[in-house]
This record gives sequence, structure tokens and C-alpha cells, in this order.
Amino acid sequence: MSYTLHHPKWHRVAKPIFWWIRRWAYIGFIFRELTSVAVAYFAVLLVLIYCAVQSGPEAYAALMGLLAHPAMVTISVFALGAVLYHSITWFNLSPKAMVVRLGRWRVPDLMIAGGNYAAWFAISGVIAWAYIIG
Amino acid sequence: MSTIKKSNDPFWWTLFGAGGALSAMFVPMLLFLTGVATPLGWVEGPSFDSVSQVLLHPVTRLGAFALVSLSLFHWAHRFRFTLYDGLQLKHLYQLIAVIYYGGAIIGSLIAAYVIW
Repeated sequence: MSYTLHHPKWHRVAKPIFWWIRRWAYIGFIFRELTSVAVAYFAVLLVLIYCAVQSGPEAYAALMGLLAHPAMVTISVFALGAVLYHSITWFNLSPKAMVVRLGRWRVPDLMIAGGNYAAWFAISGVIAWAYIIG
Repeated sequence: MSTIKKSNDPFWWTLFGAGGALSAMFVPMLLFLTGVATPLGWVEGPSFDSVSQVLLHPVTRLGAFALVSLSLFHWAHRFRFTLYDGLQLKHLYQLIAVIYYGGAIIGSLIAAYVIW
């Protein structure tokens, strides 16, 4: 470093790129952040489904055939694992982001998370019911 | 003495939060049914007619657009900070923000065009 001969050296330790691999908590954190990729995957899939539905029955059948390909099923299974992790970590964090007060009484964390889980089960149940009834 | 820098993070955070909540509620079951259960033959998928009837209903279209768009903003926000923290790319701050939020905006426009 001849060009900064008298420059004071920054007291800063360079962090390796994979700093998060050393602890389970850090791996969990990075994995939680990466679940957003699965969320985006489903957003794209939903747009593709709309595309197929607008084009007609043949396009829709072709898309369903594509989704049944083993590679696509594998991707979907991984994505499903990721979005489940996203939902669970999201609902567990919800009381920290959302502090509800009724008068002077603070609604306990467990009730807020519980309410989120209840809404989740209800919504999932309605979706499944509507889907299976056809 | 401190200088207070105005930040537009709360705006992006709101989109991130809305997308996170909406996707957490709706995506697992939808993905399970369309991506896993139907392809593997565990359940019989609904007929094309009923799928198109439900999906093309104005309320569903609006909901689907909100879900797609907010999910993309959710992804953009999280992935942006994953790159900052995970890969130590903080020096590319502006470039990354433009690419990801821009991507989410363009994706939302495409979704709006396709859904309508």
C-alpha cells in the first residue's frame, strides 16, 4: 500500500461472506430471508396460471401438465417448505411488530400470535374446501 | 450535533410487511394444492370452467393482483437486505435498491396486465 503510506488503518475486521454459517441461529436467519424467493416463485406461478386461464383450456391443461413434471413437483415441495417456514416465523414475530392495547390492558403476545394462527387455519381451510368442492 | 437523514425505508417496509402478512396467510395452502397435491394426484383439481369462473371474478382478480404485487415487494425488500448482510454488498446500496424495487414494480405492471 505505497499510496497511503501514512493513512491510519481502519480498525475494521473483514467479515467472510459465509459469516452466518457458524451458528444455527444465523443459518435460520438467512434461510428465513431466503424464503422470500419461494414467495416470489408463487407470485410468478399465480401470474402464469392467470395467463393460462385467459388463453383457454388447452393452455391451462398444458400448464397443469408442466406442474406435474417431477422437477416442478420437487421445486414446489422445497418452495412449500420455505413458505411454511415463512408463515410460522412471521406469525411468531407478529406480537413484536403489533402491540395492541385495549385501554390500559396490553393484549398478550400469545393471543396475537394465536389470532394470526387461527386466521391462517381458517383461510387455509376455506381455500382447501373451495378447491376440493371445485 | 446530528443530522437527521430522511429515509424512504418506512414506505418500502410497509409494502414488505403487507406482502409478508398476505403471503403468510394465503400462499402455503395455495401452493400445496396447485404445486404438490394436484400434480401428485392426492386431490382432483377443479375443472377449467370453475377455475376460470373463480379466478376471473373481479374480486378474485383484485385479490390476486394484491397478493402478487405485495409478494414481489416483500421479496425485493428481504432479498435486498440478504444481499447487504449475507454477501456484504452494502457499498452497492443504491444499485441493488433500484434493481430490486424496480423489478417488483415492473413485475406488478406485468401482473396487472395479465390479470386484466
